[in-house]
Amino acid sequence: MDVRRGTHGTILSLPEPPELRSQCIRLGLCVGAGFLCIERLPGGTIVLETNRQEIALGRHLAKAIGVETA
Amino acid sequence: MNDNALLGPDDLTEAIPHARHHHVDTGAARFLSQTKTKLVLVGNPNVGKSVFFNHLTGMYVDVSNFPGTTVEVSHGDHPRWAVYDTPGIYGVSSFNDEERVARDIILEADVILNIVDAVHLERDLFLTLQLIDMGKKTAVCLNMMDEAEERGIRIDVEELSNRLGVPVLPTTAIQKKGFDKLDTHITQACPGNSNPSLHRSLHDLLNRVGSQAEALMVMEGDQVVAERHGIDPGDERELIYVERRNRVNRLLEKVMTATERRRPFSATLGRLAISPVYGFPFLAVVLYAIYLFVGVFIAQDVVGFTEGTLGNRYFETFVKDRVAAFTAAEITVEKVGLDEAGEEVTTGSRTFSFPQGTDSNPTLAAEMSAYRHIGVNNVSYTFTSPLALVFFGEFGAVSMTVTYLLFLLLPLVFGFYLSLSILEDSGYLPRLATFVDRSLNGIGLNGRAIIPLILGLGCVTMATITTRLLGTDREKRIATSILQFAIPCSAQLAVIAALLATAGLTATLIYSTVILTVFIGIGTTLDRALPGVSSPLLLDLPPMRMPRARNVLRKTWVKTVAFMKEATPWFFIGALAVSIMQVTGLLDVWVNLLAPITTGWLKLPQEASTAFVMGLVRRDFGAAGLYDMALSPMQVVVALTTITLFVPCIASLMVMLKERGTREGLVIWIGSWVLALGIGGLVALLIV
Repeated sequence: MDVRRGTHGTILSLPEPPELRSQCIRLGLCVGAGFLCIERLPGGTIVLETNRQEIALGRHLAKAIGVETA
Repeated sequence: MNDNALLGPDDLTEAIPHARHHHVDTGAARFLSQTKTKLVLVGNPNVGKSVFFNHLTGMYVDVSNFPGTTVEVSHGDHPRWAVYDTPGIYGVSSFNDEERVARDIILEADVILNIVDAVHLERDLFLTLQLIDMGKKTAVCLNMMDEAEERGIRIDVEELSNRLGVPVLPTTAIQKKGFDKLDTHITQACPGNSNPSLHRSLHDLLNRVGSQAEALMVMEGDQVVAERHGIDPGDERELIYVERRNRVNRLLEKVMTATERRRPFSATLGRLAISPVYGFPFLAVVLYAIYLFVGVFIAQDVVGFTEGTLGNRYFETFVKDRVAAFTAAEITVEKVGLDEAGEEVTTGSRTFSFPQGTDSNPTLAAEMSAYRHIGVNNVSYTFTSPLALVFFGEFGAVSMTVTYLLFLLLPLVFGFYLSLSILEDSGYLPRLATFVDRSLNGIGLNGRAIIPLILGLGCVTMATITTRLLGTDREKRIATSILQFAIPCSAQLAVIAALLATAGLTATLIYSTVILTVFIGIGTTLDRALPGVSSPLLLDLPPMRMPRARNVLRKTWVKTVAFMKEATPWFFIGALAVSIMQVTGLLDVWVNLLAPITTGWLKLPQEASTAFVMGLVRRDFGAAGLYDMALSPMQVVVALTTITLFVPCIASLMVMLKERGTREGLVIWIGSWVLALGIGGLVALLIV
């Protein structure tokens, strides 16, 4: 994903590597989870809010997550 | 009985005979108590576990490394239990060192106290359900209840407890609310209601594996646990995780309601910290505060006192006087006064010669005593016996090492760790990592590497130890290389700053540019050259809050003690090595070897090569040696560039060899000689 601040969305797909996927699921980033992008830093680092949690994603990881935006 | 109730794990283990199987001893069993019931505290990072741990264990706490790792585990005693604190984890697995250690301790635990953040149940209950799926006797503390209330979160504690199948105690740890019931609560711990279908599959594995907990680990694909039992790991982790997530969601629908309230100030602060606009000033303020605290207050004021007065004046003279009693010594006493500017000046001096030590000439010794009795003195000792020199001479393995470690390094390391702990406890540190992540990606690292990089400005040795927290070997390699090559530590920084101040603005700009270029250059080169991928930033940002003094001090103390324990032997060995080299004349051989390079290639006076070699023991010696030489501003740039890029002190080398292994460590070390001299010479070519 590469979304703008303030965008609402849903996660459609997670990145390939199994360990990374598990870590995402553990933190609440699952397929079907709704989120709000609360920050997009220049360069692509993204901070999401999902279920009252704020999660920061490095830009490559963010790009590897497929989303659908509202 | 609700619809989630099933056979408890106890029934399962009795039903299936435990067949013989290949079982590897992990060392965990021996590390933990053999006699008392083992109570293990488990929870996500930042839930307030430490408050519970402190309450249960009181004053005496032992912190030690889990065998075979560098992860620290706290252990304390309670009348009923041997209490262990585990690192904050998001789940039980093997994704990093902290999780591996937590996993092994949890597997050995008799009772688990799971601390959960009432404000973040969606996140925290994942771990809770996993512990229950493991079949462990668990008691849950629902912490931060006051905050949950403020945020408009209502939790039906009784219903939650029924559905989980374990006792749940609401608490507000910082106010000790609920603590009066804590002990009783823990005794009621029991295995909870695990996922029924999962439970059935675990059932099948149980005759190959020791316990339900280990069976779950194997099913979730844990290589290590599977190997211990000589079987293949399962591949259903993702399915199990997704199902567990869904269970958490369904559970919370029934027990929790949340009304959106106005965002608290701390949340706004948190947003500012990562905002592209306000993030920079935020960072600048934080860095400046650290500079003022560590760079000015500690490095100059505190260390001035501890090293200058306590170290040199009291400790060293005390020790050397004892030594001078029985070995040849020439003692020079300089009287110290203050000039109009308040600076120390020498107002007189006398030298006392004791060819057989002070004990054999009591008259002269008494005279010296009387002379020293008046006012303030700087006393210097010249020993002639090689043994005395090695241990108590200029690089005295005893005298200098103790002064350096206790009176210079200790305050500095404490100051840096204190700053870091405050940043961590306030919740700013992960935001800082987020803010700099993109920049660090460019050199093959992610935001978390900012921690060792900042610590490197304090002490490269301390920072090298911290590289352990990085995700992959690749990142550890890159970070270590950058630390060893391009980061000047605080010992040097003070001297460098002073020298640059006299050399002028142009010199400062050239120096900074060169060092920055090397820093980026090494990072990008290694990033391209090394195989593999670095781990991405995936960080849970805790809410920002006022750091709590007790927490901060405790963390700082633990880290400082751990560092001193680890680094002290290396500093001692390093000083011993250099001391012996000096006494045997080997040091001069090195200096002479370097001399032609120093004068011809670097275009510096010959004495500079002495400064370089001195820098091997203490980096500040290296830099300070340059003060006394008359160097042109451009020569200052060359000299400072060379010593900054040059190998850090011996202790740093030793720790690096331990962390990265001998081969890699030596490659980096030799590489920095080449790089330092090479680039120094290049700069000299261009500007001198």
